[in-house]
This record gives sequence, structure tokens and C-alpha cells, in this order.
Amino acid sequence: MIDAALDILASRYAYALLFVLLGTGLYMVIANENLVKKLIGVNLFQSAIFLFFIAMAYVDGRAPIIEGKSHGVGEIASPLPQVIVLTAIVVGIALTAVGLALIIRIYAEYGTLREDTLREVRADE
Amino acid sequence: MSSVDLLLPLLVAVPMLLSTVPIALGLRFDRTGWSVAALTTTALVAATTTLANVVYTDGVVTHKLGGWSPAYGIELVLDEFSALIAVLVAVTAAGVLAYTRVGGPRGNTFYSGYLLLTGGLLGISVTGDVFNLFVFLEIVGLATYAMIASGDGPESAVAALKYLILGTVGASMYLIGVGLIFMATGTLNMGVLAEVLPAAVERDPTLVRAGFAFVFVGFSMKVAQWPLHTWQPDAYQHAPDGVTPVIAALVSTAYAYAFGRLLYSVFGPEFLTSTPYLTELVVTVGCVSVVAGSALAVIQTDVKRMFAFSSVSQFGLIVAAYGLVTESAFIGATIHLVGHAVIKAGLFAAAGLIAINYDARTVDEYAGLADEHPIVAGTMALLLVSLIGIPPSAGFVGKWYIALGAVEAQLWPVAVVILFSTLLTLAYSARLLEKMYFTPATPLEAPHVSESVATDGGENEDDAETAAGADAANDGDAGARGGTDTAALEAITANRDRNTVSYGMLALVVATALLAISLGFAGGFLADLLDPSFITEVFN
Repeated sequence: MIDAALDILASRYAYALLFVLLGTGLYMVIANENLVKKLIGVNLFQSAIFLFFIAMAYVDGRAPIIEGKSHGVGEIASPLPQVIVLTAIVVGIALTAVGLALIIRIYAEYGTLREDTLREVRADE
Repeated sequence: MSSVDLLLPLLVAVPMLLSTVPIALGLRFDRTGWSVAALTTTALVAATTTLANVVYTDGVVTHKLGGWSPAYGIELVLDEFSALIAVLVAVTAAGVLAYTRVGGPRGNTFYSGYLLLTGGLLGISVTGDVFNLFVFLEIVGLATYAMIASGDGPESAVAALKYLILGTVGASMYLIGVGLIFMATGTLNMGVLAEVLPAAVERDPTLVRAGFAFVFVGFSMKVAQWPLHTWQPDAYQHAPDGVTPVIAALVSTAYAYAFGRLLYSVFGPEFLTSTPYLTELVVTVGCVSVVAGSALAVIQTDVKRMFAFSSVSQFGLIVAAYGLVTESAFIGATIHLVGHAVIKAGLFAAAGLIAINYDARTVDEYAGLADEHPIVAGTMALLLVSLIGIPPSAGFVGKWYIALGAVEAQLWPVAVVILFSTLLTLAYSARLLEKMYFTPATPLEAPHVSESVATDGGENEDDAETAAGADAANDGDAGARGGTDTAALEAITANRDRNTVSYGMLALVVATALLAISLGFAGGFLADLLDPSFITEVFN
């Protein structure tokens, strides 16, 4: 039982680590009172997903550069996940930018970045 | 026929490219955004209806982007299901412009966001690739956050940030699901996935099931299912009045469409029914949302917030219908998607119109509205009646098919929930109807109001507007916002100081109310559009 668990950990450690990272990001989103740190949590969460895509495409072969001759399955890494991650990173950056813009506006209006203070200020109005 | 598929990428590319034009022109001219948006959306209506016509006569239209084979590249597909949604998106996006011309947020950047949103929504409707779907989900999300935040008060920024964080987490959940499915199958194309998934399930059911779970949670968040709906009421309430109709009508609808597409075209009915507890889970989430959404709607005081909770419950109905996995339930879900979009666009536009002109935002402030403004109150009442689902209306047909599906699947509790949800819808709609029709405005001053000359004048004017609205509706949706409205708007510009409600806004509200009723009669027609080819392909 323990052997099997260790075996999985040894061969699949990347996934285990990534899901820890994923959980950390999600926990930050939920539990952190600071809005900027919440957004960093979202970024961490997304980065974990990007790394997950990279990890699953990894093979002990070579980089996905195709130079005309055919390769067998498993010889080169699949290029598709890498393209996906590049696109997803771009999307993530756009989201972060919009989020930060919103946070700046909230700070200008309420003078705070903390969610609990924000809740109090809004309740008073 | 040969080149009609080229319209597909243009549906997405044209609004996205043109979304830069208002900003660029904004350097020199102040108010070009509306014209650019109006031209683009009118062209999109023409393009989508042309394509839909081809789809319903000749069958599915596909386009391979860049000529790559579907196994690697991105494929755009317009079939019987997505054509309906694409037409709905284009028509609603064009229709709501009739409202924003005078009433909505102004400025060129707003219309840039509007076009970006339209392009993203059309992208969701036509894409045939699960990762491409994620990109469009995020594009729609980005445009939505920006548009919600364009409201005046600081509250709208807070609502937008809340939506941004939850929406991003939801979309990321979906991305994890895509990753797991990609691991299991090695492809991202929906058509190819549908073929290879059964084998993948046999090889490793856990991987595909985990993928499904992430997709389901992601979409529950995006579609706003209880208890993941918390972003939605804030977002709908604090968005500018001109933005809420388009967001409420289209954004969640497109997400729900995408979810249905994944359930039926990618995973397939066989996977849904053969996986233990899967349909039960989907149906339960849907049913709980129906009850919770309606119950929360009943206790709201703000009208826009009430409608927002109503959306939670109506989408619960659609998700529950997806989970039933019968042909009638699926047809019902599709009809309800379209019907609900039309009704909610009308309701939010009417609520915005009332808020701008009569400064009434809470249920109590609606008191006596029917006496003072019979046309607006009348259309609102018609829309509410459609929402409840009283027979000749769009709401009824969808619910009827879903209930039929529940009975076919022998899931009596679902049928009971549908009946119960109708009662709860009646409860919150009746509150508003009662306020508008049976509560005098302010008890002491009411007699004065009813005798005042100004009110009579207003009524006559309103009568003329109904005629105009009816004509516009008869001309078809294109007419409702096309030339007639522009002319009417020009005529009303002189009166703007006196009255901030334009003919365009009224015509839009009246047209949607009439459309909501006529969709009730057209329910069978909508079912026929789906039935012969799409349904048999999916269910057999």
C-alpha cells in the first residue's frame, strides 16, 4: 500500500506538486482579505494549470520541432499543449490587467484594499 | 454554397477587429461608437440569418481555420443547435443598441467592449474546439467585466471584481477539465472527441469522469448555479442599465449553450447515463438552483436584483433539463434558453427604462406605475406573464417540454420542482404586478395624478408608440432596431431635454414583449428546427 503510494509519488510527483500549488492559489482567493493578494491567488491558480498542461505533454524525447521527417509516438513532446499554454498565458495577463484596473478604481473610491474594511465601508453607506 | 463557410470565421473576426475602430475614431470624433456598433451588428444579423438559412436547408456548415486537419487545428461548426444561438446573439446585440443610443453608457470605449463581447459570444456559438471555447469564454468574460465596471458608482467596480475573480476561477476549472480530457484522448476537437471518448472511458474511466467533474463545476460557476451564483446578483444590479439586458440575455445563455454542447456533442448521452450518479447530480444541482433562486428572488426589494435571482432559477431549470437526458427535455432546454434570453432582455430593458425616467428601482417604488405609464407597465406585465409561463408565451413552451422530459424519464420530483418553480415565479412576479396595478402611487395624491392633463398627453403619445413598436415587430427583428428606430430617434432628439426615454427604447421593450409572446406560438417551429437532424444524431 505504502509502496504503491510512494511509487505514484515518485513517478507522478509533478502532478502532486501542481495540485498543491493549485490548492494554495484557491485558498488565497478564498481566505486572503487583501484584494491584490486575491488576484495573485488567481494567478497562482492559473499558473498551476499551465504547468499541469506542460507536465502532461512532457516526454523523454526532444522539443517539438518538426523538420520534415516523421517521428514515432513518444519521441517528441506534443506541441499542442505548449500552444495552449501560450494562449492561456496571454488570456491570463489580460485578466490580471483588468483586475488590477478595477482594484485601482476601488482603492480610489474607498481608500482601502482590504475586503473586510471594504465591507464595513459599504455597509455604512 | 461553396464559399458560405467563409462567413463563419468572419462572424468572429469582424466584430473583434471592428471593436478597435471606435477607439481609433475616438481620437478625432466624439460619438462614432454607436454608429460603428449599429452597422456591425446589423451586418452580423444578416450574416447569421444567411448562415442559419443554409444550415436549416442544406445541413451543417463547417470551416477549418488555416486548412489544418480538425484533429490538430481549430474547426468552426454551425449546426442546428448553434445556429439558433448565433442568431439570438446577433439579434439581441443589435436590438439592445436601440436602448443604449440614448439610455445606455456612452463613449467610444463602451462600444468597443460591446463589439468585443458580441464577437466572443458568436465565437462561443460557432467554435468546434474545446480549448478555443475556453479562449472565447475568457474574451466574453473580459468584455463583461469591463462593461459592468463602466457603471457610475464605485459599487459597479466591486461587483465587476467579484465577477472577475469567480469567473476566472470558473473558467480555469473548465480548463483543468479540458486538460484531463486531452490527457485521456489526445484531441481537442469536439467532433473527434465524441468519437474517441467511449474508448477512452473504457481505458480509464476515472480520467474522463474527473474531467467531466471539473467542466461541470466550471460551468456551474459561469452559468450561476446555486451555491456558486453569488457574483451574479451584484453584477446584474450594479451594471449600467443599458448593459444588464445584453449581459443577462446573452452571457449566461451562451455559457449554458456551451455546457449543453459539451454534454451532448462531446460527452454524449451514453456517457451521461452510464456513469453512476452523474445525471442525478446534474439534475439535483439544477433543481436546487431553481428552488433557491426563486426563493431568494421573492425576498428581494431591488427589481434588477430580483430579476437576477430569477435568472439563477431559470438557468437551474435548463441545467436540470440537460441532466434528464431525454429528447423532449433537451428541446425544452433549448427553447427555454432562447425564450428566457428574450424575456430577460425585455425585462431588464424595461426596468432600466423605468429607472432612468421615473426613478423607480425598488419594488415599492413601482407602486401606481400602471396608472401613470400604462405602456411600460403593460409590456412589463406581459414579460412577467411570459416568465411565469402562462400558456401562449415563450416561458410556457420551454417549461412544457422540460416537464414532458421529466415525465418521460420518470423523474417525478423534477416535474414537481418545475410546477413549484412556476408558483414561486408567480410569487415574485405577482408582487411586482400587484404594485404596478393595484397599489396607488402615494395614497393621498393619487386622485390628482389621475386627473392631470399631462398624464393624458403622455398616454396618447404612448399609444402612438405602441403602434410604432408593433410595426417594428412585424417587420421582423431587423426592423425593430434598423432604419425605423434611427428615424424615430432622430425625431425624439429634440425632446430629449423633456424626456430621457426614446422611441427606440420603448420600441425595443414592446418588441421583445411581442416576441416573447409570439415565440410561444413558434415553440413547435423551434422544436422542428432541432428535431429531425440534430436530435437524432445526438440521441442515436
